[in-house]
Amino acid sequence: MATVRELIDETPRCRSIRLEPAEWPGHRAGQHLDVRLTAEDGYQAQRSYSIASAPEDEGLVLTVERLEDGEVSPYLVDELRPGDELELRGPIGGYFVWEDSAAGPVMLVAGGSGIVPFRAMLRHRAAADRGVVPRLLYSSRSVADLIYREELTDLAASQGVDISFTLTREAPEAWPGHHGRVDRRLLADVAWPSQDRPLVFVCGPSAFVETVAQGLVANGHAPDRIRTERFGPTGT
Amino acid sequence: MEALDGNAIAGQLYVHYRVEMTTAAGTCAHCGTRARIAELRVYNRGPGAVGRCPSCERVVMVVVDLRGHTRVHMDGFRLAEPPESFTTR
Repeated sequence: MATVRELIDETPRCRSIRLEPAEWPGHRAGQHLDVRLTAEDGYQAQRSYSIASAPEDEGLVLTVERLEDGEVSPYLVDELRPGDELELRGPIGGYFVWEDSAAGPVMLVAGGSGIVPFRAMLRHRAAADRGVVPRLLYSSRSVADLIYREELTDLAASQGVDISFTLTREAPEAWPGHHGRVDRRLLADVAWPSQDRPLVFVCGPSAFVETVAQGLVANGHAPDRIRTERFGPTGT
Repeated sequence: MEALDGNAIAGQLYVHYRVEMTTAAGTCAHCGTRARIAELRVYNRGPGAVGRCPSCERVVMVVVDLRGHTRVHMDGFRLAEPPESFTTR
């Protein structure tokens, strides 16, 4: 069990939940956990959420996007209050994690709330203050839908993280970032060149991850250097 | 229906094996493709989750929660390499 300590609105559809777990073995940046809700009649629903906080942060933070037809996310985003308790299982996963020992260039590609595990990775790296400087490509519908925008901009400035944004629906007139969906050309523009054999993490909705992974392979990236995490209606 | 990946069944596999399994690698019994469990294509909107080979798309794994217990059938996937948690942690 974990107690809700703080709720932070990130965007109109996303909220961060800072939790204080009764017991927590510690996690690695990029891991996720399962949240289980039990209704009064005993009906249970369980969903996986990426952990948004770095291992060295105080408290455990999840950032949840509300799915209009979701069973769990509308409750977490709209109904949850400080002091409430949540049943957790985790940390989970060992494939989509950032290791301190990671050598060589690292590329992160996020679609929508696929940015969440990367926040944990970037904060972890900033706390360790060593290792490779990653590049991040973040695709979002609009400026209003960008999660952690300020924090990411600060990281870019203070840590030298090379961040590229692309907006797929609405972009303000003076938008300095990219427009449109991630494609081969944009990947070739912003990713580390394939000859450098970067380790690439891709997280987002299934169709996004599929397109990006295929684009990377078409651009010459080795499939065994690409690590993906997909989420869909049942996983978010 | 869109496929997720093996990360989506990591929690259930952990409950079953008591070890983080998604970094374990194996080969598809149908076509011989080698993949990590995290790389399987997972469909989990049914009563259970089905893992398919990322190459030939045939079923290699079925995970079902039954009366509070997680059951895993992995007949189509031959484990060839233990998860990283066995070797590095």
